[in-house]
Amino acid sequence: MSDVAATARVVRALGARSIRQTFRRPQLISPIVVFPTLLLAVQTGGAGAGVELPGFPPVQSFLQFMLAGSMMQSMMLAGNSGGIAFAVDIEMGFTDRLFAAPIPRFAIVLGRLAGTAALGLFAAIWFFAIGLIFGAEIEGGVPGALLATALVTASALAVGGIGAAIALRTGSASVVQGLFPLVLVVLFLSSAFFPQELMVEPAKTIAEYNPLSFIVEGVREPIISGIDATQTLEAVAAIAGIVVLGLMLSARALRHRLRVG
Amino acid sequence: MAAAIVVAGLERAFGEFRAVQGIDIEVGEGEIYGFLGPNGAGKTTTVRMLTTLLLPTGGRATVAGHDVVAEARQVRATIGVALQEAALDPLMTGRELIRLQATLQGLPPAAGRRRADALLERVDLAAAADRRVGTYSGGMQRRLDLAAALVHEPRVLFLDEPTTGLDPVSRKTIWEEVRALNDDGTTVFLTTQYLEEADQLADNVGIIDSGRIVAEGTPEALKGEVGNPHIELLVGEGAVAEAERVCRELGKLLPPKDGKRVLVEVEHGSADIPRVVRALDEAGIEVESLELVRPTLDDVFVAKTGYHLEEEEAKKAAEEASST
Repeated sequence: MSDVAATARVVRALGARSIRQTFRRPQLISPIVVFPTLLLAVQTGGAGAGVELPGFPPVQSFLQFMLAGSMMQSMMLAGNSGGIAFAVDIEMGFTDRLFAAPIPRFAIVLGRLAGTAALGLFAAIWFFAIGLIFGAEIEGGVPGALLATALVTASALAVGGIGAAIALRTGSASVVQGLFPLVLVVLFLSSAFFPQELMVEPAKTIAEYNPLSFIVEGVREPIISGIDATQTLEAVAAIAGIVVLGLMLSARALRHRLRVG
Repeated sequence: MAAAIVVAGLERAFGEFRAVQGIDIEVGEGEIYGFLGPNGAGKTTTVRMLTTLLLPTGGRATVAGHDVVAEARQVRATIGVALQEAALDPLMTGRELIRLQATLQGLPPAAGRRRADALLERVDLAAAADRRVGTYSGGMQRRLDLAAALVHEPRVLFLDEPTTGLDPVSRKTIWEEVRALNDDGTTVFLTTQYLEEADQLADNVGIIDSGRIVAEGTPEALKGEVGNPHIELLVGEGAVAEAERVCRELGKLLPPKDGKRVLVEVEHGSADIPRVVRALDEAGIEVESLELVRPTLDDVFVAKTGYHLEEEEAKKAAEEASST
């Protein structure tokens, strides 16, 4: 078997383990599914009239507008949960088992990211299902839904890279868990839950430059209006930037961990 | 005998602290090497360097002919590792873990499944294979960890304190497995803080204290270095001083353990017993019990470090218990 094929098998096996680990540990899966679903229900029920505000983008319903935000919240928490699970592996010595195997060590990080990306895919499907059950329309049709799903999956991988880097650097699950509020701050300072046009300063300016806003809009556009090439490209660029940053930080943190033991 | 592990001047410092201070070790192919020392002596740091989990800060080491720094991946393909505190995921089943390990070692899927089944059978975990590891006892976890380390039939096996915290029955089971592996030709590098374990299993023993090797050799040779066997006599009350006077003429009198026993070092072991009994009988001293005591690895440890290994471990355990 070639080196590439063998490494791909390892990444797939570690990704599958990472998914099983998430679903078998309630504290990892509940932030990804339960929390964003509850928030979606509360916000849709309580702030649905927001769509009437002047400046709110034309949408079929508040639920339709919110789906992209919920997917973003879920995928960011998937990235955080992936980081926590990775740090737990380091704390209990499981990563030593992986580091002692004759595989490229970055495959260990890629395996974790593959699992996180799969959770992003799951989040996208979950919220599309909820949206469709409760009457939200997907204006971009099947191609729009597929594009949004792909963007959410890729974003989960990107955010997972940052989570993995922090886990590798600190080796502490509680440190990674402590980033949970920061995830919410980043989310609320983007256009995930509210249109940028209706925000007040300085949140408006921050949201304008927040890479997450570009991703949210790339996911939202196929849902509320249809596929838009510019917004898709901006989302892809933002994701690519975070992927590169996450992988660079992970590679550096991995080198540090192997140096200090 | 070709060397499976060669360590020359190996060092590891963490900042100012020098955990391993230039050690030299040579382990022959097919040998069981017992690496003995108290907690914090440098055993685990050494194992982590030899298994490529930690970079040395000085010296060099080869395992199965490969340099642990320059040829780390080749080293990892050749070795099996079961680290201290079995590094298992409590949420995985035993079967999932062994199959994952087979994938990590590059076994094709079908071969990995067959090997996993065979190993689970070998370590007597077939019935529990589909249970989550978190439900296993300590002994079962260690056996699973050992099975995972064997999935690719490694030439050199590193076992870091494989029986720490296990009950005597589980400990014996692991010992039997280690012996069986060694009989099949596997070289075993075993760290332990149990003297009996090193004595029972190891062909050669290295004693490490404060990052330095303080003694090395076969258990018998090491014990031979610290002196001859001694006879321990329990005599009637009031007869101790007289027994000591008699024994002083028969061998070297050792410091007494308590006021009732007389300890005399003899040159020829059991062959000296009749001579001692006759002398005491002629002096009219009644002997309540007599025991021939051979030097142990603890005597070696005391001679080399100035303290008892297991006493030290018990003291540390008590300190840890009282601080928690």
